[in-house]
Amino acid sequence: MITKKEHIRNFSIIAHIDHGKSTLADRLLELTETVAKRDMQQQILDNMDIEKERGITIKARAVTLHYKANDGKEYELNLIDTPGHVDFNYEVSRSLAACEGAILIVDATQGVEAQTLANTYLALDHDLELVPVVNKIDLPAADPDRVCADVEEIIGLDCSIAPRVSAKTGENVAEVLEKIVEYIPCPEGDDDAPFKALVFDSVYDNYKGVIVYVRVMDGVLRPGDTMKMMATGAQFTVVEVGRMGATSLESASEIKAGEVGYITASIKSVVDARVGDTVTRADEPANEPLPGYKKANPMVFCGIYPADGADYESLREALEKLQLNDAALSFEPETSGALGFGFRCGFLGLLHLEIIQERLEREYDLDLVSTVPSVIYKIHLSDGSVVDIDNPTNYPDPAIIDFVEEPIADAHIYAPSEYVGTIMDLCQDRRGIFKNMDYIAGDRVDIHYVLPVNEIIYDFFDALKTRTRGYASFDYELTGYERSNLVKLDVLLNGDLIDALSYIIHSEKAYPRARKIAEKLKDNIPRQMFEIPVQIAIGGKVIARETIKAMRKDVLAKCYGGDITRKKKLLEKQKEGKKRMRQFGTVEVPQEAFMAILKLDGQD
Amino acid sequence: MDRTKTGIYIHIPFCRSKCPYCDFYSLASSECSEQYLTALCNELSDKKRLKEYTGEVEGIEIDTVYFGGGTPSLMTPYQLSRVLKAVRTGFDISSDCEITLECNPSSKGLSELLFAAADEGVNRISLGMQSSSDCERRLLGRRGGVSEVENAVKAAKKAGISNISLDVMIGVPDSNEDTVRASLDKAMELDAKHISAYILKIEEGTYYYKHRERYNFPDEDKTADMYLFMSEYLRNNGYIHYEISNFCRDGFHSRHNMKYWDGVPYLGFGPGAHSFFNGKRFYFPRDINAFISESPAVYDGDGGDEEEKILLSLRTFRGISLDKRSDSFIKKAELYEKYGYGKISDGNFSLTPEGYLISNTIISELLSVN
Repeated sequence: MITKKEHIRNFSIIAHIDHGKSTLADRLLELTETVAKRDMQQQILDNMDIEKERGITIKARAVTLHYKANDGKEYELNLIDTPGHVDFNYEVSRSLAACEGAILIVDATQGVEAQTLANTYLALDHDLELVPVVNKIDLPAADPDRVCADVEEIIGLDCSIAPRVSAKTGENVAEVLEKIVEYIPCPEGDDDAPFKALVFDSVYDNYKGVIVYVRVMDGVLRPGDTMKMMATGAQFTVVEVGRMGATSLESASEIKAGEVGYITASIKSVVDARVGDTVTRADEPANEPLPGYKKANPMVFCGIYPADGADYESLREALEKLQLNDAALSFEPETSGALGFGFRCGFLGLLHLEIIQERLEREYDLDLVSTVPSVIYKIHLSDGSVVDIDNPTNYPDPAIIDFVEEPIADAHIYAPSEYVGTIMDLCQDRRGIFKNMDYIAGDRVDIHYVLPVNEIIYDFFDALKTRTRGYASFDYELTGYERSNLVKLDVLLNGDLIDALSYIIHSEKAYPRARKIAEKLKDNIPRQMFEIPVQIAIGGKVIARETIKAMRKDVLAKCYGGDITRKKKLLEKQKEGKKRMRQFGTVEVPQEAFMAILKLDGQD
Repeated sequence: MDRTKTGIYIHIPFCRSKCPYCDFYSLASSECSEQYLTALCNELSDKKRLKEYTGEVEGIEIDTVYFGGGTPSLMTPYQLSRVLKAVRTGFDISSDCEITLECNPSSKGLSELLFAAADEGVNRISLGMQSSSDCERRLLGRRGGVSEVENAVKAAKKAGISNISLDVMIGVPDSNEDTVRASLDKAMELDAKHISAYILKIEEGTYYYKHRERYNFPDEDKTADMYLFMSEYLRNNGYIHYEISNFCRDGFHSRHNMKYWDGVPYLGFGPGAHSFFNGKRFYFPRDINAFISESPAVYDGDGGDEEEKILLSLRTFRGISLDKRSDSFIKKAELYEKYGYGKISDGNFSLTPEGYLISNTIISELLSVN
């Protein structure tokens, strides 16, 4: 029998970046004494360094708050945090699917912005009840009345109920808890039906194995039960179930319909408990899985190499560890003439790639060199066979290529209408094909384009944000492959081919891009003892060239009254600098040169 | 030249005003503090703090004394005499000892000081000319015009000191080959036996560093061109380019400075002064009060190893022997020779002026294959 779970509320917080999502979450934890004040460190949900620094949430997290409401009853409030980037849209959708409602934060000084809107639509797609909250009322520029009017007009949400708060000072935050209880529906479910739970996150833990975070839809699960993952078919014996405190897990005897909780079952890898999968019981399985499961497939590939060849094994171990926690990360060994032994790694998008790189460097203390990212191209050869290429180095001789197909995405850009012109320019420049444009609310538009994926993986989102002063949000989905006129650009330094810098590009853009690459390399490769020609070629034909002049001056002229140590230290420092360089034949190339090519600015 | 006797460096850390490029330790003062001088003399005669590093304190033979700064010419004749007396008390000073006094041509009473200095055995003067252009001199924080340099040279000669070194700065804002040539011509006209020609380096913490955007410093290529021009011009005029930044008439190299490059022991007195003795490097911290209150010298690691020998020898025209060097070391040396950065003769490798200019790179490459 389906019953209401009156004492439970499952909700998420959605907001535009910097509107105060994490700060409000912190306040809620504090208010409900989920975290003692003395243990409170800023933004407890974002506990990866990178998340704190970039101000974004990468992994979803959940925490249970116990709240005694004004009606005198105790409530269990499950806050499910969501990632905030298009690379992780799928994870966001799964987190939202686990909730009945969401708090929509709007900055009292800024009003409705791109992500406010995009997130609102995502939430409405999942039939969530939205509670608007106007934040940052402590700021002098705050204008809550205007912002409320904005929300009512653009989003059509009734703001008369919206608490006006300052998450920073804590003012009125208690009201938010009351509104959650009052307006967000309680979950429903049948405790007696076969167990069915949605995986919205999974995290590898050294002691417990994978911790699977779930929202239970129906049924009950207890330690000792045999659980089954409906997409992969994998089965495990449940070791522990429970709920999430802010700083630790609290085990329980069972989890049941309507609740948010965790399961451990000595699962070795998150690959076996993917986000979006449905957990059921092996002895009494559910008829069908919950809708919406998608296996996260890598779309962007690049080679990652240790700067010091001796670190190859450490890199492999680090990747293995990261993969335990990241089902979307793929890697396999590869070799490069220029870079030696490394790995071809696959990512959801460029941000995912950057995060993995950063984590490898920080958490595993590795110096890395990575190649220009690529998508998977389908190369149709003259003999009728087709090869998939995710590494430009393997691009076949053009003479034996019949034609090439590249991946295409359906992209939606949400932005205020004043930016339509600049956005269309950008999409046009990225070989986009305009589909249609809808006015969604107020002066907001949804611009629909078909774009080649290789045009959006490098810096599209950055360029979009720059052009729209951060007001645009962007969403894309891979739709298939289309025939395209592509060529491979090769980079030669001092006459030597640097395979790691090869680049696949549409032929119409080859010339300007080649000139730009040559310039960037010239600017980013320090002068060396000898003059170095930089050449960019298609096949054997050089289409752009620059020269890095020979170094002229690198000398410590003065002797500083016999302070030899100073000179020695200077040379030491120089040696350290060299470590970050990669030797290509006679030329030393710093990692920044690779990055510079990767980030060729979208404005040109 | 004696390759075993010790050299003494004495730091006088006072200047009337700080020059915008200078990052040596000095304090603004128009005179040399008596309190400091007393501390200096005590250390020179007793070597209380240096004992820890020198071990035996008696019978250290010295054959060079170098007064550097700061502005040593802020000392009164009496102060100079006191310091040299302390040197004689503390050390066995050789009869042919080179005693150099750095002088600011603008210092008051310079003629009197020079006469007294000559009497006390000072036989070499180093003058901060920097440039023959009054405009460039002002830019470099020098008070008076070049006429003051001319007067100072005359005064030194009158006092009987003809071994005169002049400092020239290259890479000065707005400078070019012509301004460099004019300065070198002036130095030769004044019969400089020695020219120290430093490439201006913008050190952190200096006025130039803070205001670097305001000045039109010549770029890497222009500076390198000026340096090469200078080297050629001076060599054509009978000077020997004997160290990266130093030129001299035959026989007039700075014996004191050569000790730094030759790995010969030297002892430095005063805040910021460095020493190398018994294979150890140490220094007095850059803090005059610490020096006065007899804070100890600071150990700065061992010195004199092969690595140091390479990096120091390659600064000089003598270079380094290729005997017993690894194949890859020799291969590199040959490559440098091919590209004009170095020359090999009789199994000895030394750098050319082009090589001096990129000596940091060359030296670190050679150290990595040694």
